[in-house]
Amino acid sequence: MSFVTGNIILETKNLTKVYEVGLFKKGSIMAVDNVSFNLHKGEIISVVGESGSGKTTMAKIILKLLPSTDGKILYNGKDISEFKKKKDLINYWRHVQGIFQDPYAPFNLFYKVDRVFNIIFNLFEKPFSREERKKMIESSLEMVDLNPKEVLGKYPHQLSGGQRQRILIARSLIVNPEILLADEPTSMIDASTRVDVLKVFLNLREKQGLSIIFITHDVGLAYYISDRMLVMQKGQIVEEGKVEEIIANPKQEYTKKLLSSIPTLTKKWEFFEKNETS
Amino acid sequence: MSVLRAENIKAYYKLLDGDVKAVEDVTFSLEAGEILGIAGESGCGKSTLAATLSTVILPPLKLIGGRLIIEDGKNIFELRERTLRMEIRGKYLALIPQSAMNALTPTKKIKHLVIDAIRAHQPRMPKKEILKTSKKQFEEIGLPPRVLESYFFELSGGMKQRSVIAMSSLLNPKVLVADEPTAALDVSTQKIVLNLLVSLKEKGIVQSIIFITHDIAVLRQIADRIMVMYAGMIVEVGGIEDVVFKPLHPYTQGLISTVIVPEPDIKEKVLTGIPGAPPNLKDPPPGCRFHPRCKFVMPECKKKVPPLASKNGKIVLCWLYT
Repeated sequence: MSFVTGNIILETKNLTKVYEVGLFKKGSIMAVDNVSFNLHKGEIISVVGESGSGKTTMAKIILKLLPSTDGKILYNGKDISEFKKKKDLINYWRHVQGIFQDPYAPFNLFYKVDRVFNIIFNLFEKPFSREERKKMIESSLEMVDLNPKEVLGKYPHQLSGGQRQRILIARSLIVNPEILLADEPTSMIDASTRVDVLKVFLNLREKQGLSIIFITHDVGLAYYISDRMLVMQKGQIVEEGKVEEIIANPKQEYTKKLLSSIPTLTKKWEFFEKNETS
Repeated sequence: MSVLRAENIKAYYKLLDGDVKAVEDVTFSLEAGEILGIAGESGCGKSTLAATLSTVILPPLKLIGGRLIIEDGKNIFELRERTLRMEIRGKYLALIPQSAMNALTPTKKIKHLVIDAIRAHQPRMPKKEILKTSKKQFEEIGLPPRVLESYFFELSGGMKQRSVIAMSSLLNPKVLVADEPTAALDVSTQKIVLNLLVSLKEKGIVQSIIFITHDIAVLRQIADRIMVMYAGMIVEVGGIEDVVFKPLHPYTQGLISTVIVPEPDIKEKVLTGIPGAPPNLKDPPPGCRFHPRCKFVMPECKKKVPPLASKNGKIVLCWLYT
């Protein structure tokens, strides 16, 4: 599955985030350490690492939900830290959207699922009429392979995790973004419905030329969905390259260990290897 | 010889507006020295089955019927609560709960919890002796003795899960029921925990393990036999390789086809998934519970629950094979 990709649309340069912790005994945690990478138009890259490796912190910085300590993020050549006015921020969020892990939290149990669409329309300068909104919602639901008649007007508990996650993807598609940042979008979804969500991502790239940053701890998923892979360990990118090359021929010890710990169907592990205590 | 035999177990959640039929007619036997995997998606009743098997049946969960027979032929569902607590739980059957991250009391050191657990079975055992034996047990499975002196929150995720496993196996139970023991762990920690479970069995600390998970690739690594559960019912039972490579039930086929692993041919494979969503167990579909999502659906499927059929050494619950 090769895909011709365009210009660089997002670039991070020496991105660093240090969390200060403690009230009396000061300490600091280097959550993201000197991370530089770029994202081309129409490309899917995945960020892989174990928990605590700084993946989500990086995602939050890119979405401008957290300030960075050091380093730059360039979106189409413009430094995003300069977007301070509401107008600029809204403009940025109209092009860069995020999807998160939990497909349950964004929904209020007592209201119909249609409600999650309300807030996204604030990102538009001009207000839309009810009819226009409905049309936009329906067309974006169709983009994620959901039948609007089947999901609209339902309550959250009547839908599966996969359907809810696709509704949230549809929501972020309403503004027609250029970059989608998906932070572990399938980790809380069952295997049988997870595939539908993955297909949606691949389709969006093919049809709309969307660029996707896919954050996951599952190397298998990363391999399936993305063109390039960044392996993160303790805030640093330790390995970067085409997924096929990394899977076939990992260079770093950490990547090798990560790959060898993934259970597969065809090969069975030998247990009782020595020096495997942590 | 089977160390545990479940016969037609039914367990429902009794709610005001109806019963949630979470475990329906589950029958199987667990042999000595075996790791039996139970695979299924969330909401299929696998954790309810784990709770039922470890005799921790708390309201609104209610045992509707069935027998659970241990080695000496007794049905432990008929035993009194006191006998259960003294003789069965922890001693014959132990449960590793699902959420290791918050399974233990944060205000007590691990050693206090260990003393508490052992005193429940041997009230007169002196503290020193308990600590000595538990230290030995912890070392045996590769946990440093400092763990006993730690509070729960001082340990890493993998350590927490391993301490929970160590505590569950303190009294050398015959059967260990592990309910998603690796759910919230990283892949490398997961491997360490799986390694520990296998070594518990190899060292004879436990005899058999029932391993419950949603991850078939994990079961492939450690299980000898596997049961696939869908909507409260066991739909397929067989040797792990038979089920993984030659699945019979349409649900198993779908489930196996969705496993994504980093192997070269996965990118070419067209992943199909299973259309639809698992049913609400309050009102499961009549007949075969999988029929609304099944691509081989036949008129019989909607009317009657299929009988258990055996084919190629496997047992399958499907009209296709009768």
